[in-house]
Amino acid sequence: MDILNLKGTEDTPTILLDKKNGIFEISGRSLPEDSAEFYRPVLEWIKAYGAEPNANTDFTFKLEYFNTASSKLILDVLSALEDIKSMKILWYFHDDDEDMEEAGQEFSELVEIPFEFKTY
Amino acid sequence: MNYIYELHRAMMAQKVILVYEGDFTQETTKSILSMAERNLDSSGEDSSIKRKVFNVMVEALQNIVRHSSEQGMRAGSLLSKSAIFLISRDDKQYSVMTGNPIQKDKVAQLTKNLDDLNSKDKEGLKEMYKEIIKNTQISEKGGAGLGFVDMARKSGEKLEFVFAPMDAEHDFFCLKVNISREKE
Repeated sequence: MDILNLKGTEDTPTILLDKKNGIFEISGRSLPEDSAEFYRPVLEWIKAYGAEPNANTDFTFKLEYFNTASSKLILDVLSALEDIKSMKILWYFHDDDEDMEEAGQEFSELVEIPFEFKTY
Repeated sequence: MNYIYELHRAMMAQKVILVYEGDFTQETTKSILSMAERNLDSSGEDSSIKRKVFNVMVEALQNIVRHSSEQGMRAGSLLSKSAIFLISRDDKQYSVMTGNPIQKDKVAQLTKNLDDLNSKDKEGLKEMYKEIIKNTQISEKGGAGLGFVDMARKSGEKLEFVFAPMDAEHDFFCLKVNISREKE
């Protein structure tokens, strides 16, 4: 399966989805003008991955900031991950960033996937 | 040319640290954010307050980008896509302020939405946010319908707003979002 590797910019996150090496990570800032368009390849990749996933998947979110339009797409990403077996979300937040911690908790209440919270 | 000095004095009196007037696009949004961020960094502001201000700025700016384009350009008229964005800082708080034209027939609904937001407490806003995010679709303009709720949550205070009459069809929508500098 192809690796999805998007280098982060000032308004888009770094995305690395690598089935072979078991790396699944979205990190940085997400405030693109068109969030639906930006996340489309991510959702497509996850859909393809879901057809033949690894035995277990730790999916990492390490976001510094995201806007509300991205939050909707992050929920779409989580919903796509929800159907994949042995899925776990690692939700990172800066240790003094209560808003990012709370955002993770809210997402965890909206989908049926175990979340592990970590600080950096 | 006296207005230059008058404008300068008015900005000093209001403790404005950044003002932008003109067309708003994603590119201008990025430039404004980067200037404001540099200012916040050099002032040594607390990082959690800095993040909240950044957050409110993004939503406020992207609101203008998405909605001021509805107005269209009419040469030689007051009516254009032109909008204004300001940030001020005093000892107690930051204020992120925006102004943009809005069609009069949209004022009643917007007023209702904002009054509704302002009637809710922290828990009420959280529920509202979760309800919208579950059911919303990204609009053609790219919004999720969550911008004002998010600004109200990050601010922790009521959103202040007024509509100033512009012409027969438009009002100028002025919004002020305060972010306290005192840590909770």
